[in-house]
Amino acid sequence: MNCLVPHITVKDLTMAYGDFVLQRDMNFVVNRGDIFIIMGGSGCGKTTLLRNLVGLKEPARGQVFYGEVSFWESDQEEQGRIMRQFGILYQSGALWTSMTLSENIALPLREYTDLNEAAIREIASLKLSLVGLKGFEDFYPSEISGGMRKRAGLARAMALDPEILFFDEPSAGLDPISSRLLDDLILEIRESLGATIVVVSHELPSIFAIGNNSIYLDAEAKTIIGSGNPKKMLEESQNPIVRAFLTRGEQKV
Amino acid sequence: MENARFENAGRGELDLSQPTHDALLISFYGIWEMGNDLPSAEEALNKIETASAIRRVSFEAQNLSGWDTGLLTFLIKVIDTCTQKTILIDMTGLPQGVQRLLALASAVPERAGARKETTQEPFLSRIGTATIEFGRSLPELLAFIGEAFMAFLKLFTGKARFQRHDLWLIIQQTGVQALPIVSLICLLVGLILAFVGAVQLRMFGAQIYVADLVGIGMVRVLGAVMTGVIMAGRTGAAFAAELGTMQVNEEIDALRTLGIPPMEFLVLPRMLALMLMMPLLCLYADLMGLLGGLIVGVGMLNLNLMEYINETRSIVDLTNLCIGIFHGGVFGVLVALSGCLRGMQCGRSASAVGQATTSAVVTSIVCIVVATAVITLICDVLKI
Ligand SMILES: Nc1ncnc2c1ncn2[C@@H]1O[C@H](COP(=O)(O)OP(=O)(O)OP(=O)(O)O)[C@@H](O)[C@H]1O
Ligand SMILES: [Mg+2]
Repeated sequence: MNCLVPHITVKDLTMAYGDFVLQRDMNFVVNRGDIFIIMGGSGCGKTTLLRNLVGLKEPARGQVFYGEVSFWESDQEEQGRIMRQFGILYQSGALWTSMTLSENIALPLREYTDLNEAAIREIASLKLSLVGLKGFEDFYPSEISGGMRKRAGLARAMALDPEILFFDEPSAGLDPISSRLLDDLILEIRESLGATIVVVSHELPSIFAIGNNSIYLDAEAKTIIGSGNPKKMLEESQNPIVRAFLTRGEQKV
Repeated sequence: MENARFENAGRGELDLSQPTHDALLISFYGIWEMGNDLPSAEEALNKIETASAIRRVSFEAQNLSGWDTGLLTFLIKVIDTCTQKTILIDMTGLPQGVQRLLALASAVPERAGARKETTQEPFLSRIGTATIEFGRSLPELLAFIGEAFMAFLKLFTGKARFQRHDLWLIIQQTGVQALPIVSLICLLVGLILAFVGAVQLRMFGAQIYVADLVGIGMVRVLGAVMTGVIMAGRTGAAFAAELGTMQVNEEIDALRTLGIPPMEFLVLPRMLALMLMMPLLCLYADLMGLLGGLIVGVGMLNLNLMEYINETRSIVDLTNLCIGIFHGGVFGVLVALSGCLRGMQCGRSASAVGQATTSAVVTSIVCIVVATAVITLICDVLKI
């Protein structure tokens, strides 16, 4: 933890849908082993930023480096190799609806490991029990609740013990206790696997509990207006918008 | 005047007055609730817009006995107009609740640039846009076909990544489960063909040639075409809807970010299954068609059973059968390609899935008809 090694470096990133620019000139670094929080009001482009980072949407301008490699300037094979280190939890879960939960988790394992079926099933059960879904192996995504789908998505993201995990609002739709357990799980993944974790989150308690670095995206300014450790930001940030967000609007803009 | 108002306090009413020459006072009476036939805002707005002297608008609600969204929408219209004309608004006369809700409604300002522009595009420009889009869709189509081809190459080198049991499942869905509908349609087509032929041929006493008509017709083209159309409606549509829904739910994104090419994982098994099953279904369809013809020939025209079978055997040779099955194979590729293409191109909404499905069926049927014409032409040139 003493020496910081950059894992993801974003340089001058501008993202847009057609002419509609969401955020411009973003620069930030996510270090190895960070739990990096992306904050911002609803609709400011957090999900879009994730899509730019994980290679689903090409940025309008700018670069994303993984280690030394510029993702969007690499060829397809290299991109595929980088993407294989990712585990992604989508905002809506994005479970494969025609497969049971355990098959959902098994698919990446089948594709990328030589494990036999029994081992794969055991891993799937383990991952499910990590997110509190023990016993739901043979349920289809349509047969479980929204919050459960979220957790199953999380289990799938962790299937291959990836180096970088991207979570889009992991605790949205969860009760406070499950949400707390999830925070513990995220911290635990970081500790035990040394993974780098990028989290989009609105949950203040969880942001303060897990985040050690963050950025705040603003829809008005269309760029990053605050960054750093969330706890420090709460104490030190001078920006009224960031303060309002971190104090739930109690300190007025 | 106040008392006169009170008599019909049930309905919402309003009164405009000008206490001083530069101020407008809007007074509300009765119950301002939705569906209560409220007065329109026209009058008040007109007054604000035309009387240029007005610098200040205030409200009075002493005799307002009830309100809901109906009042709020009225007020928002007034406030918007005033803001446009930079007229001062004094809301103190309104009930506390109304003031709070209005404050909430204006708490988050409209996002600049977020509102969709709805401009009426001129006719020529629309044609231009459509042409450009069509031009763009062609390379997309070619890229899709190219990718599908690459996926097949990978299949032959054994590196394609899909789940074997997916393939078996799709084979079952597109093969065995299609048998009932194929039986029904092709039997009936055979019957109809024989029927129509019989009426004409009986005039020459040449009933036996019904066997030739049905035999050549079904085996050479009709069996394949009917199967193709059935599969376009049944399986092509299912492919498009399935892949389209996966697109909507980000399931395809989830595959892509895992590094699993959707082309190999989803499209390849579907194309493979249909390409394997179509020729077989086609063979079965031919058989059903011939059976239909036989029923009419023997049952209605009183032809001898053996006589009919012999006539059919003499006319339906291997060439005809092969041409029919070739048709089937081609249609299999076309239906699978159109279904998967439309599914993968699908947008991210429920209506986009509907469009993808429709478009898949239309594309497959058009392709089937065009392909039939082309193959027939080629056979004619080659004299087979
Ligand atoms: N496919 C798209 N085409 C055009 N505009 C889009 C598209 N997807 C999102 N947007 C716009 O981009 C903006 C940001 O969307 P995004 O999903 O990134 O928000 P977000 O920050 O993740 O919000 P939330 O916290 O509510 O999930 C929104 O204003 C939305 O209108
Ligand atoms: Mg989002």
